[in-house]
Amino acid sequence: MRIHADQEKCCGAGSCVLAAPDVFDQRDEDGIVVVLDAEPPAALHDAVREAAAICPAAAISVTD
Amino acid sequence: MHARGNGAASRSWKDSRMTTAQRPHEAHLAHPDAPAPADALTVPATRATGCPFDPAPTVERARREEPVTRATLWDGSSCWLVTRHEDVRTVLGDPRFSADAARPGFPFLTAGLRELATGTRASRTFIRQDDPEHARLRRMLTAEFMVKKVEAMRPEVQRLTDELLDAMTDGRNSADLVAEFALPLPSLVICLLLGVPYDDHAFFQQRSAVLLSLRSTAEEARAASDELLAYMTQLAEAKRERPDDGIFSRLVARGELDSQEIASMGRLLLIAGHETTANMTALSTLALLRNPGQQARLRSEPSLIKGAVEELLRYLTIVHNGVPRVAVEDVTLGGTTIRAGEGVLCALNAANRDEAVFPGGDTLDVGRDARRHIAFGFGVHQCLGQPLARVELQIALETLLRRLPELRLAVPFEEIPFRHDMGIYGVHALPVAW
Ligand code: HEM
Ligand code: SF4
Repeated sequence: MRIHADQEKCCGAGSCVLAAPDVFDQRDEDGIVVVLDAEPPAALHDAVREAAAICPAAAISVTD
Repeated sequence: MHARGNGAASRSWKDSRMTTAQRPHEAHLAHPDAPAPADALTVPATRATGCPFDPAPTVERARREEPVTRATLWDGSSCWLVTRHEDVRTVLGDPRFSADAARPGFPFLTAGLRELATGTRASRTFIRQDDPEHARLRRMLTAEFMVKKVEAMRPEVQRLTDELLDAMTDGRNSADLVAEFALPLPSLVICLLLGVPYDDHAFFQQRSAVLLSLRSTAEEARAASDELLAYMTQLAEAKRERPDDGIFSRLVARGELDSQEIASMGRLLLIAGHETTANMTALSTLALLRNPGQQARLRSEPSLIKGAVEELLRYLTIVHNGVPRVAVEDVTLGGTTIRAGEGVLCALNAANRDEAVFPGGDTLDVGRDARRHIAFGFGVHQCLGQPLARVELQIALETLLRRLPELRLAVPFEEIPFRHDMGIYGVHALPVAW
C-alpha cells in the first residue's frame, strides 16, 4: 500500500489522525495533514482505508 | 415579514415548552397566510409528536421514496432537499455546489440568516464563502483546533467539568443540567481558547440564541449580530493593546485581517463553539436516560466512550434543518438534474439514518462503528471545531455517568422542552435529579 495526501485539498479537521494516528499527523504551523508512514504495514491498512473514506476533502489516496 | 419575533431566546424554558407542545406545526406559523398541507415537504420540517429524537417523518419518507426532492421554505420559496448519505456527501464535497450565501438562489432557513447574508450591511464569514477565500481564512485557524492541540487540553476540560459538577451537586439533588452544566462547560472552554471574558456570557449567549432562533425577525437578528460584531471589534482593539495567548490575540497580531473580518470570525467561533456542544451534551444525556440498556453498557464499559460519542452525534444530528448550498452549474444527482442557481438543502439528520450506511440506523447503539456519520458536515466546510467538540463531549458524558450513578429525569419526559424552534436542536432545559 502506498499513501498520498494532498496538502492543497486538506481542510485540516483531523479525521485521518483519529482514524489512523500511526500514519497521519497534522503540521504544527497550520494543522494540514502530514503522512508519517507512506507505506504502512498490513495491520494498519484497514485504518488507512477508513481514514481515506472519511476524509471530507478527498485529500487521501491509496494505491495497492 | 410574517415571522414572529418575540425573541424566543429571552423566553423561559417553561414558556417555550408550552409553545412547542401546543403548536406542533409552529414552522408553518412563520407563514400563516399559506398553510401547507399536513404532509407537504416544508423545511424546517416538523417532527412527529412523541418521536423527538427522530427526523421529521416527511424528511424520512423523502429519503426512502424520493431522495432528491423539492421542498418549500418558510418564506414560500422552494429548493431541493437531498436526504441520502451518498448524495449529501456528493453535494457537500463538490465545488459545483457553492456555500456562498451572497449568490442568487441560496436557500435560507430563517429571515435572520437571509438578512445577514444579503442585507445592506452583510458581514461575511468563511462558513458561507467558497475557496480560495474560504481556505485562506480557515487556514488561519486550523492549527488552533488540530487534534494534538485539542487533546492536550483534556486536563483543563476535565478540571472545568469537575468544578461545574461540584457546584451543581453541592448540597442539592436536582438541577437544570442545561443551565448548570451543558451550556457553561463549552462556553467556558471557548472563552478560554479565544480570550473572551466569560463574565460576558449572558450577553453573548442571549445574542447567539436570537441568531439561532427560527422565530427571530430580520430586525432582531440584525440587532443581535450588530451587537456581537461591536463587542468583537472592541475586544480586538483591547487585544491589540494588551495581547494574551488566546486565538483572538493571535488573529489580531497576524495583521492580515481588517477589523470587520476579525469581528465576524470571532462571532462565528464564539457562537459555533458553545451552542453546538452544549446542545449535544444535554441531548446526549437525555438520549442515554431514555435508552437505559445503552446507558448501562456505557457505564460498565467506559472505554466505549469515543465510539459512543460518534454514535450520539449520528443518532441526534443536532444541525437538523439542513446545510444550505447553491448549484453553480447544472449537476445530475441520482437521476435528477439540479440547475445552476437552484438552492439545495442537505438533510444531515436523514443521511445519518440512511440504512445503506447504518443498518438499523433508527436505533441508538453505543457499540456501533458510526465514524462515517456526517453530523459535522462534509467537504471543505466540515466542522473546524470537531476535535474540540469530541473531547468536550467525551469528558462531559463520561464524567457525568461516573459521578452521578443515580442520574434521572426530574420531570416527566413529556414535559421536556425540545428546541423545535431553533436552528440547533436540543432541549431548552433538562431538569434532572441524582
Ligand atoms: C457537537 C458539536 C458541533 C456540531 C454538531 C457542529 C456541526 C457543524 C457543521 C454541520 C458544520 C458545517 C456547516 C456547513 O457546511 O455549512 C460546521 C462548521 C463549522 N463549525 Fe462546527 N459543530 C460543532 C462544534 C463546533 C465547535 C466546538 C466549534 C469551535 C469553534 C465549531 C466551529 C465551526 C466552524 C468555524 C465551522 C465553519 C467551517 C468552514 O466553513 O470551513 N463547531 N459545524
Ligand atoms: S481527514 Fe483529510 S482533510 Fe482532514 S486532516 Fe486528514 S487529510 Fe486533511
